[in-house]
Amino acid sequence: MAYCLQIKQPLKLYRLLIACMLPALISCAGNKKPAEETTVDPGQELYTKYCMACHQASGSGVPGMYPTLQKTDWVEGDKERLIGILLNGQQGEITVNGQVFRGVMPPHQYLTDEQIADVLTFVRSNFGNSAGPVLPEEVTRLRQQQPAGR
Amino acid sequence: MKALRFCQVALLTASFLFMISCNRNRSTTSSASESQNAGLTLSEGFTAIIVADNLGRGRHLAVNENGDIYLALQDLKDGHGLVAVRDTNGDGQSDLTAYFGDLPGTGLQIHKGYLYFAHDTGIVRYKLKDNELLPEPNPEPIVVGFKRQYQHSAKTIAFDQAGNLYVNVGAPSNACQQNDRSPESPGMDPCPLLESYGGIWQFKEDVPNQTQEKNGHRYATGLRNCVAIDWNSAVSKLYVVQHGRDQLNQMFPEYFDDQANANLPAEEFFMLQEGDDCGWPYCYFDDSLNQKVLAPEYGGNGKIIGRCAEKMDPIMTFPAHIAPNDLLFYDRTMFPSHYKNGAFIAFHGSWNRAPLVQEGFYVVFVPFKDTLPSGGWEVFASGFPGKAPVKNPDDAIHRPMGLATGSDGSLYVSDSKKGTVWRIVYK
Repeated sequence: MAYCLQIKQPLKLYRLLIACMLPALISCAGNKKPAEETTVDPGQELYTKYCMACHQASGSGVPGMYPTLQKTDWVEGDKERLIGILLNGQQGEITVNGQVFRGVMPPHQYLTDEQIADVLTFVRSNFGNSAGPVLPEEVTRLRQQQPAGR
Repeated sequence: MKALRFCQVALLTASFLFMISCNRNRSTTSSASESQNAGLTLSEGFTAIIVADNLGRGRHLAVNENGDIYLALQDLKDGHGLVAVRDTNGDGQSDLTAYFGDLPGTGLQIHKGYLYFAHDTGIVRYKLKDNELLPEPNPEPIVVGFKRQYQHSAKTIAFDQAGNLYVNVGAPSNACQQNDRSPESPGMDPCPLLESYGGIWQFKEDVPNQTQEKNGHRYATGLRNCVAIDWNSAVSKLYVVQHGRDQLNQMFPEYFDDQANANLPAEEFFMLQEGDDCGWPYCYFDDSLNQKVLAPEYGGNGKIIGRCAEKMDPIMTFPAHIAPNDLLFYDRTMFPSHYKNGAFIAFHGSWNRAPLVQEGFYVVFVPFKDTLPSGGWEVFASGFPGKAPVKNPDDAIHRPMGLATGSDGSLYVSDSKKGTVWRIVYK
């Protein structure tokens, strides 16, 4: 609530102070984390930045090119396979939910273990998916098993 | 390539599919105008009907002088990559369907009695037989051994009037980065891919077993991927429309935001001469500057021009990312004089405008005088997606893909989602 400290109009100070305190009161009453810690899911931010162009905002993908991420075993199933696709990329024909896709997924080894865990956790729990989280240490373990970057 | 097999099962299946498609056509049209034009919105004076449906995921198509329609498929259907349909009772709709060939592909054209088909690693031709729907079963390989590639792999073709075949060989890359489609990765300079990709290669149309290395002549370069290619016989020149590069915002967010990426770069329409260099991967076209500029992978910042001053300029540009997937110069006589020797272009529709709404999904017309456009481009046929706006490309019910004309001058359009084929006529 740093913006409260920047108030320049004394006449409105009282009203603004109440406004500033309200979220705190509410959060105390609900025993929730302070507002600044409930910002956008970092996995969602990463998805928007690195994945959305191809897999689209809805996770529906692009016909024939980029597979859907919605309710597919490729996303909800084996975590190691999924982490491996992020680390190493994917090319060649792939069949997802009965549809064939031929686009190229570049390797995303430049993302940290935590970023890969975050974005996969986001994907596995959105777009109609309900699979459990991916942990950074799971990514670390797989990355250590990979040959050096390609 | 294995011998072509006549597929009786496919015939039966196709007849069944045809019955389904007839029913579907009736049930999906809503308003009077839509039912008149099979869901499409057309330029004044034109009407459309669906002549075939549910054929598979269509790519380019070809129409024989007798009205038989051939469609290349993106994915095998019942083990086959090509389909032929015929209207046997003259009611305007196909009622005989036969699948053949054992490879999927894109390019398809009837030329001098042959059906030329371009799969991703070669070109073959099937000898057409008098009044038979299916051609001779064993195709002749004309070009063999294009390298297997995992993006922009579609080969598409055109013929000149001197016995040459032109093949689009797209680049297996977005912008020739050291690490393809990876943020901040620099471009390889010079781009080694241009030696065997990213251009138009010329071959002989009737010499078997040619290879790109031994027999192919690189006719033009610096072309990222030109699925849309046609020879304009009225002026004896080759034209292509290029798929421009993707992901400027994702690769170089310091210069490009989502809006800039949605508007950059323009899709470029080129008239090609032998030896032309159209600039990929070093350059892209910015419509707002009306100028080719240096790509960020090569030190550009959205404004620097540098080496791009020497690259070939387009004869016309179109909105970014809308995916020109076929080009056809209209040399028939059914349509009014405005259309004579002008260009139809099928835009498959975008994906790389996300998070903004997607665009394209229409067939445009460009009027021509001699070798150059004589006016602006106009949307000729739209409504393919069945909804607007299209947020995700998968939401589109149909996406226009291929173009062909029939001997009576009708324009045929294929669809990549369901394998619908429309026939557009002028009344």
